[in-house]
Amino acid sequence: MAYLDHAATTPLRPQARAALEAHLGITGNPSSLHASGRAARRVVEEARESLAADLNARPSDVLFTSGGTEGDNIAVKGLYWARQAAEPRRSRILCSSVEHHAVLDAVRWLERDAGARVEWLPVDSQGRVRPESLQQALRDPADVALVTCMWANNEIGTVSPIAELAAIAAAAGVPFHTDAVQALGQVPVDFAGSGADALTVTAHKVGGPVGIGALLLRAGVAITPLTHGGGQERDVRSGTLDAAAAASFAAACHAATTDLGQQAQVMGRLRDRLIAGVLAAVPDVILNGDSDLAAGPDARRLPGNAHLSFPGCEGDALLMLLDARGVECSTGSACTAGVARPSHVLTALGASAAVARSSLRFTFGHTSSESDVDAAVTAIGPAVERARRASALVRDRG
Amino acid sequence: MAEQRAPAAPRRLLAALSGGVDSAVAAARVVDAGHDVVAVHLALSPSPAAHRDGARGCCTLDDARDARRIADRLGIPFYVWDLADRFREDVMDDFAAEYAAGRTPNPCLRCNERIKFAAVLERGRALGFDAIVTGHHARLDRGALRRSVDAGKDQSYVLASLRPDQLAHAVFPLGDSTKAQVRAEAARRGLGVAAKPDSHDICFIPDGDTAGWLRARLPAAPGPIRDLLTGRELGRHDGTFAYTVGQRRGLGLSRPAADGRPRYVLGIEPAAATVTVGPRESLLVDVLETGPAGWLAPQPPPFPVRCRVQLRAHGSTHLARASAQAGGLRIVLDDKVDRVAPGQLVALYDEADELVLGAARLEASQSSASDPAPAGGRG
Repeated sequence: MAYLDHAATTPLRPQARAALEAHLGITGNPSSLHASGRAARRVVEEARESLAADLNARPSDVLFTSGGTEGDNIAVKGLYWARQAAEPRRSRILCSSVEHHAVLDAVRWLERDAGARVEWLPVDSQGRVRPESLQQALRDPADVALVTCMWANNEIGTVSPIAELAAIAAAAGVPFHTDAVQALGQVPVDFAGSGADALTVTAHKVGGPVGIGALLLRAGVAITPLTHGGGQERDVRSGTLDAAAAASFAAACHAATTDLGQQAQVMGRLRDRLIAGVLAAVPDVILNGDSDLAAGPDARRLPGNAHLSFPGCEGDALLMLLDARGVECSTGSACTAGVARPSHVLTALGASAAVARSSLRFTFGHTSSESDVDAAVTAIGPAVERARRASALVRDRG
Repeated sequence: MAEQRAPAAPRRLLAALSGGVDSAVAAARVVDAGHDVVAVHLALSPSPAAHRDGARGCCTLDDARDARRIADRLGIPFYVWDLADRFREDVMDDFAAEYAAGRTPNPCLRCNERIKFAAVLERGRALGFDAIVTGHHARLDRGALRRSVDAGKDQSYVLASLRPDQLAHAVFPLGDSTKAQVRAEAARRGLGVAAKPDSHDICFIPDGDTAGWLRARLPAAPGPIRDLLTGRELGRHDGTFAYTVGQRRGLGLSRPAADGRPRYVLGIEPAAATVTVGPRESLLVDVLETGPAGWLAPQPPPFPVRCRVQLRAHGSTHLARASAQAGGLRIVLDDKVDRVAPGQLVALYDEADELVLGAARLEASQSSASDPAPAGGRG
């Protein structure tokens, strides 16, 4: 099996498995005051400190969540409501047009149900918000509630100039949130250095377990909680903490960020080998996103991402044919019924619906190997040929 | 059928899983027979409802989930194919257009002709599959399409208009089983859908209100409801599309007929926006004229041919003699029938009422008696 869908989820790292197993038997509620509670609390706090150290944040910045979707929802809605409460005319949200649905749909919900006005920040042909666009949108910031822009795109892997964007928002006095779910473990994520006020990460994209993530929230940033209860996590996210999952997340994050430069080089080489191999088999393939493939601290594209359009094919037909050959990848987006819709990300880049539907995303991570790449490269030519015949039929219908 | 007992040559089969019990057992049987099977669920609704509303429909998210769980259980790959656009154009829009033209369409037939055994089959063939497997209750063996052994559940009527090249790449594993046997087998296999109710009616009109659905899509075109015998206007309607030949209820006529007997819709003329009503005997016809016929055998039968005809799904069958005429068939029934409308499919079976010979669309009908009835008159 060639698993090339690390952007969807990653295999559990051995360190994360060991941490999970070591703490699964914990009895204490981390909020309890007795010895068992203290023992559990200690595990949680050590995980918090470990994550803070790896992400250059203060431990108190780290709020555990259930994952990326919850982190994004707390940030977007919580910041919006807090800003509204302080000053009702702050109802404008500046949001990049290529966000993950966890941000996109939270923003749309605020627009529909909470009186927000949304200004979608345009992206260039590589899927990047230009600092000038944000500058322009913030000329008169008095009515702006927040800015949200992802660190790296989950479909095409484009890395945004987050520090520049955050600085522009800070100068305008507007809180800045970034969804860094895909960036973590691929490019350096430095919370303090980024200047962001809020940042979302999740464990299972870096070799940790599903079901835990974190929102990094700078001290002093006002946020209205979505869930109310026991007051855990600075009163922002009530609910009993999962000590074993927190420890496992911290172990995964540590493994993913240690020697990151080296890991990124390995992923980048595999990704480049895949692109070269596919190009040789399918000469008219199109690489979406940034064509600068340099992996490193200033990477403009995630080293583990190859997003390709195969003109004349349907992505879901290709996916099925590759799946039958043991090659696992993604068409990039799916809805609950499993029906692929043209990606809003590719549409925002100016791609036609046909091109958007003809795309596959191959993503690499800590278990990826050359044999994965070679399996994909071997399978892609015949799959494309067959998928082209299938979609030609659809086009030529009588 | 052959595929069940002779796994000698495994084939690559695409099993269409609706989420219902029939397609589940059909897929299970071809898996057991050793074929290489991939499941596909067709997303046909542009905005699927989350849950099934009673026994109707096959396009909800619950059905998609049921289909996925069946595939899990059978250990076969599962994909959802989005054919909502094709379905809307080829089935839903066609359904509305047929009603607007005063005809009575059957959308399940249309879906088989254009979606399941066309778009899905063609795509599947291009992707390397040899044939499509469905849970239709009909027997298919070397191109010969026969009724299911379960007369009550037989679905050969909605397959009768398929071409031989479509049927050549179809597998119907359920034709030798009754519905009760299929349900028992599903239960034995531990398929969760064993007791799921049968789907009925039109999947894209889950509330069953066809007139309301049409009213929302077609412009109002008011006109008179006229009495056949007197020619008098008895009432008004807001669009002929809301009426079907043979309809008795919902005519909204305040004035009873002179003889006090119920009146039926006899004819629909969209161009004149006129609905004609009259007594039941005026509905009776025994001469049917059709458009071009399609035959499942390599050659059309020698005309005139004695046969049985079926005019609607789950309808009764009628002995008849069919002969060729310009543009189609002329079919003379032994006995008169009612509720016959243009657009309906006339499926022709052999005299034993078992083997499908072919099918044609009804264009016009009349009574051979001296009194010509307008029933089913061309719109």
